[in-house]
Amino acid sequence: MKISSLKLPIPRGAVVLLMVVLASLLIVGAVAAQGGKVVTDDQVNAVAKQLNCPVCENVPLDVCETQACAQWRDLIRQKLAAGDKPEQIIAYFRATYGDRVLQSPPREGFTTLVWILPVVGLIAGVAILAVVLRRMVPQTAPAKVETVQPSASTDEYRERLERELKELEK
Amino acid sequence: MTSDAASAPAKKSFSMVWRAVALLAVVGLVVALGFGLSASNASRPTSGPAPDFTIPLYAGYDGGLGKPQVRLADLRGQVVFVNFWASWCVPCRDEQPVLEKLWRQYRNQGVVFLGVDYVDTEPAALQYLKDFDVTYPNGPDLGTKISPKYHITGVPESFLVDRQGNVAWVKISPVVEAELAAEFDKVLAK
Repeated sequence: MKISSLKLPIPRGAVVLLMVVLASLLIVGAVAAQGGKVVTDDQVNAVAKQLNCPVCENVPLDVCETQACAQWRDLIRQKLAAGDKPEQIIAYFRATYGDRVLQSPPREGFTTLVWILPVVGLIAGVAILAVVLRRMVPQTAPAKVETVQPSASTDEYRERLERELKELEK
Repeated sequence: MTSDAASAPAKKSFSMVWRAVALLAVVGLVVALGFGLSASNASRPTSGPAPDFTIPLYAGYDGGLGKPQVRLADLRGQVVFVNFWASWCVPCRDEQPVLEKLWRQYRNQGVVFLGVDYVDTEPAALQYLKDFDVTYPNGPDLGTKISPKYHITGVPESFLVDRQGNVAWVKISPVVEAELAAEFDKVLAK
């Protein structure tokens, strides 16, 4: 039996229209099953890159290939689809798994030291360098300009000179 | 001359402040480095008191304890088998049937199992527990606070705690049925 030989009781255009409607319903159904929102990989990765892989050392979640990370990204996708904001999702992961999952340590409590110590270290390094360099440069005092103060004897000579010059002028 | 005399002590105190800051920074860095090294060198407990913890239990997975959470110290007087696992862990799947079998075998002999779910997602973990028909108490390592106390380096890892609350046996790979049963018998006989 040839398909081309089949004669449908309804027009071909109606069949095509019916298929389009069915496909649309399937897409709508899939979107509804995700919580009514389509979530792209970029949206998932935008959140994931703020988190660490739970089982690797310093590997961002968005590029990690482990099964654990794949599950975490799935969870991010589900939460985004459910309408959660990225900040809420990050807060959820932090509460559930601890601060270690954050790519950037929070600037609060003991971890504040992580942010402060490098700055203090840098300042201390500059201070030490300054002190060392200062000691390496030879301490030469600036040359003093000797100025001769008029003494009592020079005053006498000046008076005598002026007196004799006046006498000569006479 | 008076300005020179005044600036000398000022310069001296300024230099002292810099030196104090530098010294403080160096001491701070050394302390931080030492703390980090000591933390990284700490190893999992293989004897002595088992680190205490409280674990919230997944709904429907209290193993008959009738509590939403359980504290290890409250189980003193019983033998406790603590197993760290995760749904994404393939070797965990290998040992899971053995654990469930031994739980059902020893639960009436004074042995309590505690499954500690490590950095897992709840939907995947619940599916895992359902897939393997797990019935013993299980819960998440919320905030990743329990696993650091035991210094686990991966999953699965298991710790057997005797009736006195001391670590009696450690396994850092999937358990073997005969081996674990023998350890249960040994600890229960004490």
